Amino acid sequence: MMIRPYGDTLNDGAVQMSFTLPVAHSAKADEAAILFGKKLGFKEVEVVHSNPLSDEFTFFVVYGKTEISIDYDKVVVEEVEKSLDFYGVNNFIKENIKRKIVVVGACSGTDAHTVGIDAIMNMKGFDQHYGLERYPMIEAFNLGAQVPNEDLIKKAIALKADAILISQIVTQKDVHIQNLTEFIELLEAEGLRSKMVVCAGGPRIGNKLALELGYDAGFGRGTYPENVASFIVEKMHERGVK
Amino acid sequence: MTKSKLNLDTDKIAKARELSKQITAPVQKYIEKHTTVAIERTTLRMMGADGVDSIGVPIPNMVVDQIGDHICYGAAKYYINALLKKGVTPEELNNEIANGLDLTKIDFVDFSYIEEKAQELVEAFATKVKANVAYRAEKINTYKEKENSPLLYLIVATGNIYEDVKQAQAAAKQGADIIAVIRTTGQSLLDFVPFGPTTEGFGGTYATQENFKIMRKALDETGEEIGKYIRLVNYCSGLCMPEIAVMGALERLDMMLNDSMYGILFRDINMYRTFVDQKFSRMINSFAGIVINSGEDNYLTTSDAVEKAYTVTASQFINERFAYESGLPARLMGLGHAFEMNPDIKNGFLLEMAQAQMASEIFPEAPLKYMPPTKYMTGDIFKGLAMNTLFNFIAKSTNQGILLLGMLTEAVHTPFMQDRFLAVANAKYVLNNMADFSDDIEFKKDGIMQTRAKVVLDETIEFLEEINKTDLFNAIESKMFAEVSRPKNGGKGLSGVAEKAQDYYNPFYTYLENELNIVKEGNKL
Repeated sequence: MMIRPYGDTLNDGAVQMSFTLPVAHSAKADEAAILFGKKLGFKEVEVVHSNPLSDEFTFFVVYGKTEISIDYDKVVVEEVEKSLDFYGVNNFIKENIKRKIVVVGACSGTDAHTVGIDAIMNMKGFDQHYGLERYPMIEAFNLGAQVPNEDLIKKAIALKADAILISQIVTQKDVHIQNLTEFIELLEAEGLRSKMVVCAGGPRIGNKLALELGYDAGFGRGTYPENVASFIVEKMHERGVK
Repeated sequence: MTKSKLNLDTDKIAKARELSKQITAPVQKYIEKHTTVAIERTTLRMMGADGVDSIGVPIPNMVVDQIGDHICYGAAKYYINALLKKGVTPEELNNEIANGLDLTKIDFVDFSYIEEKAQELVEAFATKVKANVAYRAEKINTYKEKENSPLLYLIVATGNIYEDVKQAQAAAKQGADIIAVIRTTGQSLLDFVPFGPTTEGFGGTYATQENFKIMRKALDETGEEIGKYIRLVNYCSGLCMPEIAVMGALERLDMMLNDSMYGILFRDINMYRTFVDQKFSRMINSFAGIVINSGEDNYLTTSDAVEKAYTVTASQFINERFAYESGLPARLMGLGHAFEMNPDIKNGFLLEMAQAQMASEIFPEAPLKYMPPTKYMTGDIFKGLAMNTLFNFIAKSTNQGILLLGMLTEAVHTPFMQDRFLAVANAKYVLNNMADFSDDIEFKKDGIMQTRAKVVLDETIEFLEEINKTDLFNAIESKMFAEVSRPKNGGKGLSGVAEKAQDYYNPFYTYLENELNIVKEGNKL
């Protein structure tokens, strides 16, 4: 089935657009907006509203009609890995784990850059995504930077952590690999590895690397707090943690 | 002030104020006994310490590092001593420090010389700031006619100060009265202030003195062109609260985000550090005539705006008390609150209006800062625009002082230039169309709004009583604010707090205390 946008008649191809051009408001600017719309491939381009934003910028509301159509039957979507959102995570914990979970995070070893762990854990979060501290069903403890691996483990035991997050920003001379490996070895020596969900994160840490090093998951650039939270709670549930 | 619409019990309001006084008193005592690395760096900046060394370490940080544990005596005497011994200007001394001069290795001159020189430096600083205050007052007075009421507040956040300038000038021409330059992600956690003009930030632009200067000049130019005084805002929060305050005082910023507890709760900065720092930062803001904006809106992005409305009111009372203790008059207190209720709630508009009206009746002289919907904004920009219209309606009809304009694309992206234009157009429509609405209406006796305000005020008092019982430090530790626990010795920056020695010396702190008529808690009966 071939389809195109619907305005008020099937197949009319009507599209509403708004944009700003970096030129002063004038008849010439309006004409430029029309030409721009036409270059995008639209027919019957109409500037229905234009307004100066300053001496050098003008805002336009434009309508146009497209002749492009899509064969809907041939549209294929890639199944994306699903992540629960803020509310989803909290509800999931309430329904499946039935108690608050404890997550301890740190930038361990010599690394002094807390930007990653803060983005995931700080109440404020980043980019409009709340951090774990803001999750009512998560007790989140951000231990900050340069936490020795031994201390991190001690603290995790004391707080009865369900999950540990380690952030590594500095990767010169593979210092992050040494540090992440040391942590896992210490955790195994304490006999705790299987009792906790352990994740690594950082701009140069992918899931593949983290799995190789013995972690449950790795989170790279573009990860939001809910992605991490979602993984933790589903993993806990999968392991039958109550 | 117009007469009360809510019929609030004035005895209860007085009681809440008394409780806030009791709550902040022990904190004031702690503050008076302590200094911080940030306070000492600020004092150094007031004397002219500025610039960076070859690897970018700011001179004030270098000096404080040199002094180490001895900051309990105050950094001022070391810097002044070096000026006298070397017979140089602050600029020359800064160069020597950048090249490795250690101020602690210089023998001390007789203290009377230091005091004499201090007086000269204090006067030089005070003269500069007073000139800024006078300039602002004159411009605001000249251009008063063109100001919107409430003042319209817009944000720019490109990361590049030169790009910010373009957007800010455009926003001013579209009708904004106030421009805020958002800071780059994470600056609040830096224990130093970066130097020079910057063009690379994340989600915002570094607050540096040079960036302040560049934006101030640009807005002054645009202001002259359109016949208006455009107010400039930055962020006096994080680990460098007082340092940013002094930079703002010198570069004539007009408003500062400056909350007494925001850093503790939302940035995990240590509570002792924040309390000590916030006081000096507010003293400077007060002296420089800078309107502070407190961050109560943040409580509502964490918690439910209906259930937890009392936390906003309680925080306003506490922020007000801390501000008074720093010599800040009510006319400089932009106490914050927000329109964050779920739009699906029946009569939600009435609850929001009751809350906003209550704030304006409890704090009649304060230019209240009203924050737009963010939590329930979605990709449906048309609904977003409608929500912003209701928000503007409340702002106008309850006489808010500062209206931070909502963006229809709030949940989508950082604002496009056109988004700001649409926001100003929306606000101007409402402001004009209902200019005298507030004077023309009364609220129904014991109606939904009066009842709501009464309930929230009662809950506020109950909450303040609880805090007073446990004390503020313990209250923060035990999750009473924003549903987050901040341990007393946790968070960032505690190592930068030092108990003052008996002979702690800070001529700038003392000067401001006198100028602002601050009575120390320790000296109160």
